[in-house]
Amino acid sequence: MSRPAHRRPEYHKINKDLFVLTYGALVAQLCKDYEKDEDVNKYLDKMGYGIGTRLVEDFLARSCVGRCHSYSEITDIIAQVAFKMYLGITPSVICNNSSRNEFSLILDKNPLVEFVEELPAGRSSLCYCNLLCGIIRGALEMVHLAADVTFLQDRLKGDSVTEIGITFLKKLDEKKYRRKK
Amino acid sequence: MADVVLFEFLHAEMVAELGARDTDPGPGGQKRSLSVLEGTGFRVGQALGERLPRETFREELDVLKFLCRDLWVAVFQKQMDGLCTNHQGTYILQDNSFPLLIPMALGLQYLEDAPKFLAFTCGLLRGTLRTLGFQSLVTSSVATLPACKFQVEIRKS
Repeated sequence: MSRPAHRRPEYHKINKDLFVLTYGALVAQLCKDYEKDEDVNKYLDKMGYGIGTRLVEDFLARSCVGRCHSYSEITDIIAQVAFKMYLGITPSVICNNSSRNEFSLILDKNPLVEFVEELPAGRSSLCYCNLLCGIIRGALEMVHLAADVTFLQDRLKGDSVTEIGITFLKKLDEKKYRRKK
Repeated sequence: MADVVLFEFLHAEMVAELGARDTDPGPGGQKRSLSVLEGTGFRVGQALGERLPRETFREELDVLKFLCRDLWVAVFQKQMDGLCTNHQGTYILQDNSFPLLIPMALGLQYLEDAPKFLAFTCGLLRGTLRTLGFQSLVTSSVATLPACKFQVEIRKS
């Protein structure tokens, strides 16, 4: 009989490809369903949010990260642990302001766009990887951190780098406290 | 493996998003949703078919065995549990513990939703077969979660 199938090293790559290819097919389907780029971006973000809320549990179970004491620590963990674990890349982290609640993740390599050369015609505002923003936002919300997460720069749109901006907002429980007053 | 989890979560979101697209509660709405999911799986299957290590297939049955072993292991980290055929182009592939059905509660109460969780994979099989040179029709059935069957009918061109 042929050697056991699961020992073949090519399968690891196929598994990674499966996610990237499925994502590409999803974006293509959403582009068929929605004429406006903003709508596709919105749905990608929404789906990412749904994934993020569940992915965070998986992440915490696998990584055993301890309690974080600053937004900076959290952003480092997102870049160095989470991105590495799920996508095999380590974006670099930049802090954008002195209050230390605005950060950028600079993606040098992006496996999600491995098979994408350029945005489809007429889709110049499409944030192809918007799922990632939703995932980060959803995951953070599950640990009681509200944040705005958007693409600040995108190589697919002609920028020199791909940059995801994370702005941590007030903690959710603080917001509730203010409203009660 | 972490990559696997990402795909499973993405698949679940796609079922929730694309699978609920039509507000028409009748069978027409459901059919359209299933065909969108199946079509997405087909595209992915075609691309995956090009990436799988190629082998020379002596006969049709070898292709199906390849799907049951190599494709299933590459995608779901396990082999198909059973394969039978009528030797006239119809094959039944049995998976006793299909990973994309496991998150649903075990038992009969979610049986109605099961087709939505299988549509993508039916397309995946059909797409892979297409790249390997075969036109087919792939359908699925579930008796008891998480076990399911995929029925593959190879079309003579």
